[in-house]
Amino acid sequence: MDAELLPDDAVVDLQAEFEASHVDEVMAKLDHELVGLKPVKTRIREIAALLLVDRLRRKFGISSDTPTLHMNFTGNPGTGKTTVALRMAEILHRLGYVREGHLVAVTRDDLVGQYVGHTAPKTREVIRRAMGGVLFIDEAYYLYKPENERDYGQESIEILLQCMETNRDDLVVILAGYKDKMDRFFLSNPGMRSRIAHHIDFPDYRPDELESIAELMLAEQNYRLSPSATRALSEYIPLRMSLPHFSNARSIRNALDRARLRQANRLFSQRSRNLTRLDLITIEETDIRGSRIFLEGKLEGEPQEIERV
Amino acid sequence: MMTNPGNRVTQGQFSFLPDLTDTQISAQIKYALKNHWAVSVEYTDDPHPRNTYWEMYGNPMFDLKDPAGILMEVNNCRKAMPNMYIRVTAFDSTKGWEAPRMSFIVNRPPNEPGFRLVRQERDGRSQGYSIIPYATDRPEGERS
Repeated sequence: MDAELLPDDAVVDLQAEFEASHVDEVMAKLDHELVGLKPVKTRIREIAALLLVDRLRRKFGISSDTPTLHMNFTGNPGTGKTTVALRMAEILHRLGYVREGHLVAVTRDDLVGQYVGHTAPKTREVIRRAMGGVLFIDEAYYLYKPENERDYGQESIEILLQCMETNRDDLVVILAGYKDKMDRFFLSNPGMRSRIAHHIDFPDYRPDELESIAELMLAEQNYRLSPSATRALSEYIPLRMSLPHFSNARSIRNALDRARLRQANRLFSQRSRNLTRLDLITIEETDIRGSRIFLEGKLEGEPQEIERV
Repeated sequence: MMTNPGNRVTQGQFSFLPDLTDTQISAQIKYALKNHWAVSVEYTDDPHPRNTYWEMYGNPMFDLKDPAGILMEVNNCRKAMPNMYIRVTAFDSTKGWEAPRMSFIVNRPPNEPGFRLVRQERDGRSQGYSIIPYATDRPEGERS
């Protein structure tokens, strides 16, 4: 890095720098694997551009502070916050912003202790482990519990704030959580809000985006939809969206898992006949139509669990 | 101790060299982490060569990827104990090794008084020798 500085009249090639960083591969992967999420991708592209330009500036010896890249991801359940955080670690690593590029994903339990004096070492240990990479705090709003004034979460937040400021070069912190709860969290922790430069909101998916997500998910597991099943799925998605506890991509994954169950059951019930490879990988219309949403117009009798990101 | 005019304690790796800089320490720690050794920070005020077990500063650090975290602990320890010897130890837990694979001093007291040689008359006019660090002349808690 501290190689010779370029003279003021030198010319640098942004394109070459871009290609050398291999960021385009990650971006392409991002575009390919993540459907929709326009604002998120735009912001990632902006950050990548900033870091590349910064690198060129350093070649000329133009100094500027390392940009803070602490981020806050808000969005409804199942909008891909964790997936993007993972990818973010890789992108920042490629751009040379973080040294190792690993992701340490934690929740309140990993940061906050049980008794007096337990929290600080616990939080510090997590921070140490995340150094050189990305610290991802899922459901970050749980850190602060206003109803209990002796809650140790506040202590953890203070240590985090301090490290976010002093160890800016070693650590990128990404917070994630539901929009309304995160807003309330920042309201009571203004210091946290001001230290986070990037607030990225993950939009809900549109029905057609959910369809492509479903296809991607199935392709990953070596399944395919028959044409009639595709039609059934596109009827299913708006129906499911109108029901309570809809959590975007995660609901779709659950629906597909149940469809796989029904497919297996269907194949099993006709076990007298021989199956082809195609039979094994194809999900038929009946497998989708078997959903209780079609039959009774309500959710499957699953417990109404609290969805986690 | 005429061969070691500064009375510098020579224990562990690199102890004959000038003190390591933070960058050099980071590079050494990085090597340890690359080999999946658990790194810990230890301190003492007794530089006797047989004083093997130093006090631990915090817990050993497992699962780290980057030396920055350990360097942070080293600096915390330096701040807390500027007049003590501080070393970084890398422990290899592989079966068959189960021993420290690296150990080097990262902080020394500003003044290292050295050792006193003590002679002991034994039976049959034989002589026993031992050394005592001047640093431990005063009781623990009143040193430095």
